[in-house]
Amino acid sequence: MIADLVEPNSRVLDIGSGDGALLAMLQSRRHVDGRGIEISQTGVNECVARGLSVIQGDADRDLVHYPDDAFDYVILSQTIQATRNPKLVLSELLRIGRRAIVSFPNFGHWSIRYSIGLRGSMPVTRNLTHAWYDTPNIHFCTIRDFVALAGELGATVETATAINSTGQKMGMKMPWWFWNLFGEQAVFVLRRGL
Amino acid sequence: MTPTVDIERKSRTTSAGNREALEPSSPVAYFGPSEPLHLDAGIDLSPIQIAYNTYGELNEDRSNAILVCHALTGDHYAASQSPVTGKPGWWSSIIGPGKPIDTDKYFVICSNVIGGCLGSTGPASIDPETGEPYGLTLPVITIPDMVRAQAMLVDRLGIDTLFAVIGGSMGGMQVLQWTVSYPDRVFAALPIATGARHSAQNIAFHEIGRQAVMADPDWQAGRYFVYGKRPVKGLAVARMTAHVTYLSEMALHRKFGRNLQDRERLGFGFEADFQIESYLRHQGMTFVDRFDANSYLYMTRAMDYFDIAADFDGSLARAFQGSKTRFCLVSFSSDWLFPTEENRAVVHALNAAAASVSFVEIETDRGHDAFLLEEPNFFGAIDGFVSSAARARGL
Repeated sequence: MIADLVEPNSRVLDIGSGDGALLAMLQSRRHVDGRGIEISQTGVNECVARGLSVIQGDADRDLVHYPDDAFDYVILSQTIQATRNPKLVLSELLRIGRRAIVSFPNFGHWSIRYSIGLRGSMPVTRNLTHAWYDTPNIHFCTIRDFVALAGELGATVETATAINSTGQKMGMKMPWWFWNLFGEQAVFVLRRGL
Repeated sequence: MTPTVDIERKSRTTSAGNREALEPSSPVAYFGPSEPLHLDAGIDLSPIQIAYNTYGELNEDRSNAILVCHALTGDHYAASQSPVTGKPGWWSSIIGPGKPIDTDKYFVICSNVIGGCLGSTGPASIDPETGEPYGLTLPVITIPDMVRAQAMLVDRLGIDTLFAVIGGSMGGMQVLQWTVSYPDRVFAALPIATGARHSAQNIAFHEIGRQAVMADPDWQAGRYFVYGKRPVKGLAVARMTAHVTYLSEMALHRKFGRNLQDRERLGFGFEADFQIESYLRHQGMTFVDRFDANSYLYMTRAMDYFDIAADFDGSLARAFQGSKTRFCLVSFSSDWLFPTEENRAVVHALNAAAASVSFVEIETDRGHDAFLLEEPNFFGAIDGFVSSAARARGL
C-alpha cells in the first residue's frame, strides 16, 4: 500500500524500519535509494544483514541532523503515535522530505469510541494490543486531529486513504467524519506549503 | 619473585618487543629515498619500512582486499600468533576462514602503523643519519600520516580500491581518515568504537600516561636505549590508567568487586590486597614486555591530534561530502572512552552529507574493549554489513 505511493528511483527515508521489510521491498520493486532509522538493536542488525543503510536512533532525536530536502519521501509508518513530540516530528518530516507519508491507527474509529464512551475503559483491540500501562503509544490521534495538525503546520494533504476493519480501502468520496468513524488505519501523503 | 624485583630486572633488559621493532619476523615493505612519507609535521620521512601481514588470497581483479587497522597498542598480527607474546592474533575470532571477515573470500591486510614498535618505522627504529634509534627525534606522527603510509603499502601490493577498511578505536580513526583522504579507494568502511576527534577527557588520560612515562628516571629524556634501560615503571602505570578506561565500572564490579587477592583479610599495607590491583599490576607488567615507551608517547599523541572536522572549517559533514562509501558504525553501550554519542556524531555528519550509513549500538557491559571480544550481536553486525557490501560489489 505504501509502496504504491512511492515513485520509482526516488530517495526514501523510512523511520521505524523494523526488520527492514518495507525498505527492502521499496529497493527491489521501486529501486529507491533508501535509508532507515530504527530504535531496536535486533531490528537494525536485521536491516544491516539485508544490506540496508539503517541507523539505530529515533524520530524525536535524529531527524534534526538531516539537511532540508534530503529525501523525496520520508515515511513514518505506524510510529507517530509513539513519538514524544509528534508536531515537531511531523514538521521535521516536511522539512527533510519533499513528501511525507504517514500512517497511523485512527483513534476515532467507532470501536475505540465504543470502548471509551460506553465501556469506559482504554481500548485494547486487534491492532492496538497494549494495555494502557505498557503501551509505547503515548500520542494517539484521530484522522480529524491529524488533518488539523497538518493544517497547523501549513502542509497540504496530497492524498489520504483510510482502511476499514476488513483491510479495504475506503471510497474517496466519503466525507471526513465517515472516515474518522469507520477508518481503522489512515495513510496520508503530505507536502510542505499550501 | 615479588613484582618489585621483577620490574627492576625488566628495566635493565631489552624486550622481545624491541627485537621485533628492529628485525620484524613478518613481511616488510621498504620505501627508499625516492618514496618518502610526507608527514603532517611538514617533514618528509625517509627511508621508511612498513611491517604487515596478509591473510587469504587476492582475487584476479584485485577487488577483494580488506584493510584492517589496529588500535593504540595493537599490531599487525590481527589473525596470526604474535611473535612477542605467543598469543593468537588480537582479532583471530573475527578474521579467518568462515568468520565474519572470511579469509576464504577476502584478502585481509593488516600493517603496523608508522610510529609503532613492531616493525614499521617508529621511535625505536634506527635513524640512518645517527645510527641510533630515533627516540624523540622522530617527527610527531598523525593519524593521516599512518593512513598515508598504509596507502603506500596498498599501492605496493598493487591494489587500487579497497573493498573495505575496518578497525576499532584508533583503528576506527584510521578508517574514517581513509574515507576522507582517499574517498574513491574505499568501497565500504566499518569504523568501530571510535570518533572523528579525540575528546578532552581522552586527551587527559593520555597525558597522565605520558607524564607517568616521562616521570620515570629510566626514561632519560627519551634516550633510555643509550643507557641500556627502559622506563618500565612509568609505562606500566600508563598502561594501568589506560586499561581502566577500556573497561567499565559494571564489568570491573562483576569481575572483581572488592574481592581480595590470595588473602583472607586486608593486609594493612600497600601490597595488592584487592584482585583489581593485582590484575592491573599484571596488565602493566606484561605490557612493558611488548611495547616501546617512546612509541606509546607517539601513538597517544597521534590520537590526541586527531580531529577530522578541523581541516573542513569545523564541519564534519563537509569532510564526508560526496562520499560514495558505504559506512557502518558500531558503538558499545558501556564504552566511556568512545561513548555512543561520539560515534553517533559521525553518523549524523554522514547523514547530513547524504552518505550511505548504518549504525548499531551493541548492548554490553564490557566497555571499550568489547570490540576485541566475542559479542554475538557485534559479530552479526560485521557479518551482515560485510556480506551485503560484498553482494553490492559483486564478490
